[in-house]
Amino acid sequence: MTSSYKTIVKDGLWDNNGVFSMLLGMCPAMAMTTSATNGFGMGLATAAVMAASSFLVAVFRKRITQEVRIPVYILIVAAMVTLVDLAMNAWMHELYKVLGLFIPLIVSNCLPLARLEAFAAKSPALPSLADGLFMGIGFTIALTAIGAVREILGSGTLFADASLLLGPAFKAIELRILPADMGVLMMILPPGGFLVTGLLVVVKRLLDLRAGKEIQMGGAHSVA
Amino acid sequence: MKDFVLMMIGAALVNNVILARFLGLCSFMGVTTRIDTAAGMGLATTFVITVSSMADWAVQHYLLDAYGLGFLRTVTFILVIASAVQFTEMTIKKVSPTLFRMLGIYLPLITTNCAVLGVALLLVEGHMSFIGSTMFAFASSLGYSLVMVIFAGLRERLALARVPRLFAGPPIGFIVASLLAMAFMGFSGISAG
Repeated sequence: MTSSYKTIVKDGLWDNNGVFSMLLGMCPAMAMTTSATNGFGMGLATAAVMAASSFLVAVFRKRITQEVRIPVYILIVAAMVTLVDLAMNAWMHELYKVLGLFIPLIVSNCLPLARLEAFAAKSPALPSLADGLFMGIGFTIALTAIGAVREILGSGTLFADASLLLGPAFKAIELRILPADMGVLMMILPPGGFLVTGLLVVVKRLLDLRAGKEIQMGGAHSVA
Repeated sequence: MKDFVLMMIGAALVNNVILARFLGLCSFMGVTTRIDTAAGMGLATTFVITVSSMADWAVQHYLLDAYGLGFLRTVTFILVIASAVQFTEMTIKKVSPTLFRMLGIYLPLITTNCAVLGVALLLVEGHMSFIGSTMFAFASSLGYSLVMVIFAGLRERLALARVPRLFAGPPIGFIVASLLAMAFMGFSGISAG
């Protein structure tokens, strides 16, 4: 059993990373990564939704009939998103204001739905919880990485405003890497999002090749 | 009238759904390998976005606002969209069986296309009239279809190019999309003037 959990963790964080390998959930991965802090916050919100909905679907998997499963999954995800939406509005209001539209849009993010269909629908509750959680953490890592590259190149900072958005404890990780007038504005603007994501996918392929693994050529759009 | 035209140009080109707002990227990457499927997908999505925005406007005004149920918005909207997709599927099957066969597997996926939910939520934030929001939704989805077709055209050419193995597939697609987004940023001058 431990080995299967190990696979779940490895798949979620690296091998089957939602953004860099499966190319799912691209919308928040580009829209909400103008800074590393935004990417981190968006990733955590998605991870919470994924863990909770994977767990619920796995618990009820024997009662959900094949014909109506997709609407049921979407409704479960929508309910979890509503909970996260309300909770963030109450306790992390600054971050909530920044992420805005993209919190309710977790519902139509293909990544949670793809994991429900591919994993939680046919696995027991605890492994599903782990799968949702680690897929979510892998998503968070990907978003933070894209955000960090764009923020360093675009405005020269790293984790700027982290204390404002996540809480005073994060003051220490706010860094300035480059002088303020060195930033390339394009990296913060939409073209930079596409460019950095494309290049980071290449970097992941390169690392996989170095490690002697097969590189994944396509995304997983056939899944969702 | 002039306001409407400006708003529609803004929604279609300046704040393009895909290239400026980053909505609907899954279909943007997934269904744009051929021009005809991209155009069909654009057409179907245009229909769904317009119909579901009209329905969402009514739901928001007569149900959610009227009874103070704002917190149920996400759940209700996704239900409305799922029904609109089902409705579109039935309509297309009746009107054009050829298009239905072509779009077959992609149609149900429109439900999880974030452009649909995204436009509906943007409309709620914009507090627009019924006519205004329908026009906005229609213009946004036209912009979506336009970019889908342009990108599909680029990718048809790209398929013939010799791309380094590491960049093959999605990465080179993202880089092309980045250049396209840069070109579309040129439209932002229009709204200021």
